[in-house]
Amino acid sequence: MTESPNPLFEFLLRQGDNALVLGHRTSEWCGVGPALEEDIALANTALDLIGQTQLWLGYAAEVEGKNRSANDLAFMRDAYDFRNILMLEVPNEDFGRTMVRQFLFDAFQVPWLSALRQSSDQRVSEIASKSVKEAQYHLERSAETVIALGDGTPESHARMQAALNYLWPYSGEMFGNDSTDQAMHEQGIAPLPQSLHKPWMQSVSNTLAQACLAVPEDPFAHSGGRTGFRHTEHLGHMLSTMQVLQRSYPGASW
Amino acid sequence: MNAAVLTEKQVWDWLEQVPDPEIPVISIVDLGVVRNVCVEHDDDTQAASVKVTITPTYSGCPAMREIATNIESALTQRGITDLELQTQIAPAWTTDWMSEVGKQRLEDYGIAAPQAKGAPERCPQCKSTAVEKVSQFGSTPCKAQWRCTDCLEPFEYFKCI
Ligand SMILES: [Zn+2]
Repeated sequence: MTESPNPLFEFLLRQGDNALVLGHRTSEWCGVGPALEEDIALANTALDLIGQTQLWLGYAAEVEGKNRSANDLAFMRDAYDFRNILMLEVPNEDFGRTMVRQFLFDAFQVPWLSALRQSSDQRVSEIASKSVKEAQYHLERSAETVIALGDGTPESHARMQAALNYLWPYSGEMFGNDSTDQAMHEQGIAPLPQSLHKPWMQSVSNTLAQACLAVPEDPFAHSGGRTGFRHTEHLGHMLSTMQVLQRSYPGASW
Repeated sequence: MNAAVLTEKQVWDWLEQVPDPEIPVISIVDLGVVRNVCVEHDDDTQAASVKVTITPTYSGCPAMREIATNIESALTQRGITDLELQTQIAPAWTTDWMSEVGKQRLEDYGIAAPQAKGAPERCPQCKSTAVEKVSQFGSTPCKAQWRCTDCLEPFEYFKCI
């Protein structure tokens, strides 16, 4: 891993890639959702996330100053250049895992984007102000769904608990702390993510208790996504689908 | 065109005739998507240059490109050749910017208007207040699905953000 010459670029990639990778994963449900309403909700959530991606990666491209666009960053980078957390790239598996993941992420995004509204960087503040409204809406739904399915039938409960057990070790990466985080903190661009860990834990535990789901106790946390050091094998497969058009016909547009 | 007659008010009036692509009963002005209109005249030639600033409802709103195209064609049809379209995201769009006329037109069309409390006031069909949520999301990013428990009709609710 090499030290990034521009921590702001790195920071913006993390924001944009989180939105992009989760947005793409969520879009995989389009047309195969468990019920029409859920299918529509998932597609709309994906659309919000892809919209946020355009804002973050658009600004990242400007900051980088190498004449690349948001589209170039999304479709022409390889897996090791992505800076999303691993939790967002693992496969959807079932509706339960999809919703638990959305919930764990939304519960972070809402306080995170709220804090970014105060960023010393005006563009970051503007993008966060726009995105946080959508994130709040997503959180309402994902928290409600986690409660309904966790406190549902024996089958839905078992699946939700399995999903939580699977995803939990990936959630710790949201609160990473490295030189990029430090640089953003020092410049007043963003708070340290780890400062949000305690309130996140409280709000998540509260919802999971209502959902009759047990918070896993293992403190182990996977990492390597937000630094690009080591992605899971799943990201490459996802990108091969997501990027196939631009890879096959570079510059294609419509 | 002879620009001496062109005012910002005139441009706003023209834009009020541009329908929202997804909910054509309201205009893009009623929706609050048009944030600013600026008309300037060249000192020598008096030629008008027009700058229109728009903002997306949702960051991923797929209608933005169509809205921009519709603005361009509406204004070029009226003879404006020097037109600049700007997109801004701050301040973030809010349903507070929707006009009262717009809200009324929505209800007449069968879509419940946004309410600060986050739920529709009444069924746009029979006006009953006995309504319940079906889904937080609907056919476009800006709408949710509700249903009336009196007349049993489903209806769309314009989300309040
Ligand atoms: Zn009714």
